[in-house]
Amino acid sequence: MASILNVLLRKSSNFGQTKALLQNLPAIYNVNSQRNGHRWFPDEEYVKQFDGVVVFPDELTSLMKHPPYNSIIAPGEKNVRNMILNFGPQHPAAHGVLRLVLELDGETVRAADPHIGLLHRGTEKLIEYKTYTQALPYFDRLDYVSMMCNEQCYSLAVEKLLNIDIPLRAKYIRTLFAEITRILNHIMAVGTHALDVGALTPFFWLFEEREKMMEFYERVSGARMHAAYIRPGGVSLDMPLGLMDDIYEFSSKFAERLDEVEDVLTTNRIWVQRTKDIGIVSAQDALNYGFSGVMLRGSGIKWDLRKTQPYDAYHLVDFDVPIGTKGDCYDRYLIRVEEMRQSLRIIDQCLNQMPPGEVKTDDAKLTPPSREEMKTSMEALIHHFKLFTQGYQVPPGATYTAIEAPKGEFGVYLVSDGGSKPYRCKIKAPGFAHLAALEKIGRNSMLADIVAIIGTLDVVFGEIDR
Amino acid sequence: MSIAKIFSVTSRVRTSGANSLFIRYASSGKDGQVEKVYPPNVPGYKYVNAVDPSMDFKEMTDRAAQTMFWTELARGFAVTLAHIFKEPATINYPFEKGPLSPRFRGEHALRRYPSGEERCIACKLCEAICPAQAITIEAEERKDGSRRTTRYDIDMTKCIYCGFCQEACPVDAIVEGPNFEFSTETHEELLYNKEKLLSNGDKWESEIAANIRADHLYR
Ligand code: SF4
Ligand code: SF4
Repeated sequence: MASILNVLLRKSSNFGQTKALLQNLPAIYNVNSQRNGHRWFPDEEYVKQFDGVVVFPDELTSLMKHPPYNSIIAPGEKNVRNMILNFGPQHPAAHGVLRLVLELDGETVRAADPHIGLLHRGTEKLIEYKTYTQALPYFDRLDYVSMMCNEQCYSLAVEKLLNIDIPLRAKYIRTLFAEITRILNHIMAVGTHALDVGALTPFFWLFEEREKMMEFYERVSGARMHAAYIRPGGVSLDMPLGLMDDIYEFSSKFAERLDEVEDVLTTNRIWVQRTKDIGIVSAQDALNYGFSGVMLRGSGIKWDLRKTQPYDAYHLVDFDVPIGTKGDCYDRYLIRVEEMRQSLRIIDQCLNQMPPGEVKTDDAKLTPPSREEMKTSMEALIHHFKLFTQGYQVPPGATYTAIEAPKGEFGVYLVSDGGSKPYRCKIKAPGFAHLAALEKIGRNSMLADIVAIIGTLDVVFGEIDR
Repeated sequence: MSIAKIFSVTSRVRTSGANSLFIRYASSGKDGQVEKVYPPNVPGYKYVNAVDPSMDFKEMTDRAAQTMFWTELARGFAVTLAHIFKEPATINYPFEKGPLSPRFRGEHALRRYPSGEERCIACKLCEAICPAQAITIEAEERKDGSRRTTRYDIDMTKCIYCGFCQEACPVDAIVEGPNFEFSTETHEELLYNKEKLLSNGDKWESEIAANIRADHLYR
């Protein structure tokens, strides 16, 4: 009994919280199991041996003093700094090979420093050593989720230098496939954004649709991704019979799939909470940081190269450009979904208005002859040999040609010195400017929001690292 | 469209201060009362999220009901559940395969004429056009006086499957066949030589010929 009292007295400082007593019950219980034997407790004499420094005393340590047991040790100065976290390049939410150096204060991101270059392949330099024909496949591999748009931009640039116009059918085919590409890209953007934020299922549904569009790519060009289909002077081959029917079949059903995705995401409170007011970009910042595409329109700026300076057949089709108001991730998600719906509109119009005719320019010095012609006409055979060995000469000049790629303004600055190889080719990738602004957008947001922001930036490293 | 019109939003932002993106709160005549000014609708552009939630009683009750009864989550679950009963999109790959078009660009093959003579005439057009410089050709005159390759190598690990070689070939000798299942365990096995390419051609000739015939109208 006495020992219980003893313990209770010793623990009485904690009596304020009854919880403390409960926590100490086992201890009390143990003490209570009396043995009635002799018990040794450390006495004063025993404790004395621990006075002084507990090491073998030499001249130095014997001078040391043990601090009195009841003294309060003054806090020393310590250097503390925020945690530096490497996000990527192997993180699945890093969208490829993004290495992000985050400075964390708890879970708040104080600085986000994107490191790039892990996918650098020297495309721009390589192109200087390739003929204009050979340079084309490199463009597929820049933004590898919107392949044909890159080709289209390069082809437009070369056509501008050559000062040629392409047949209307080729323009419509390009527009058709550019819009299919836009859907491909936005499917990827929305799907992976949702995946990063935690909604796994829409990704699978959307990829089923993506698969169908890859099939269209395959049927028209022979490759599911790296098509090399849109060439300077038109497109490489005409669309096979029946493809337009199937595209129509697809486009008439795709809106339903989008509705499903919207059912799951758009009003879902988790999705809304994870994206609304996250990664806000003001219109001013969007302009100052050189944004384009969805990132710019999300902040409410009416700018779409398809509208402001139409290329190919965009002046012949009717569509609306979705504009956001708040500049947050949620608005950009809504814009992407709406852009897919508008793309369906454009696809429908392209299919209905598709004119008959040639798909390449008839300039034999620029586009290779058809097989039949090549095998029957000597002149065509000579052209064929000339085009596939030396390529074609492009008059000297420089051009900056930009298109509205799904991610934003994709531009090619091409300098020709009159030879058959570009003197210089500079590629303006939209994702580069967007990623550069991550430092600005991501600062002072939570770590989990960084993932949502990377998702909404829609970065692809093929084009950023080039 | 004039530049001023396009950037009209920005100028408004600049005048109205940083954070209100462009829904500006303009004070009207009455003191203290503020009114929201929405951007004008320009044809060809469409606002996706510019309207504030309506404050009439029915809408508000709907929203409250959604929050309390999780209706939007239930709908999402229902959509997800419905997919269980749909036909799966996946195929049982090694036994079922997706469709391929006649234009498919897969593994390379060197073709022969029906007589058994190889088609390639060593013109080296494919070598010249190859953007990846994956093709190496050496040629010599054969005893019967015709010019043939003595060496025809394709580094399949360098190749980017662009299809330029088959476009360049004037005699349809090098083609990219419909085979895409040629993965190997070592790099060396993917360095194809003439023998391998010719045997590929023999193996796939019927498919390749059928594909070329199917596509002959477009080529
Ligand atoms: S497909 Fe393209 S990269 Fe491959 S060997 Fe032919 S030309 Fe070269
Ligand atoms: S494969 Fe065709 S292009 Fe190449 S060397 Fe032989 S004949 Fe010429």
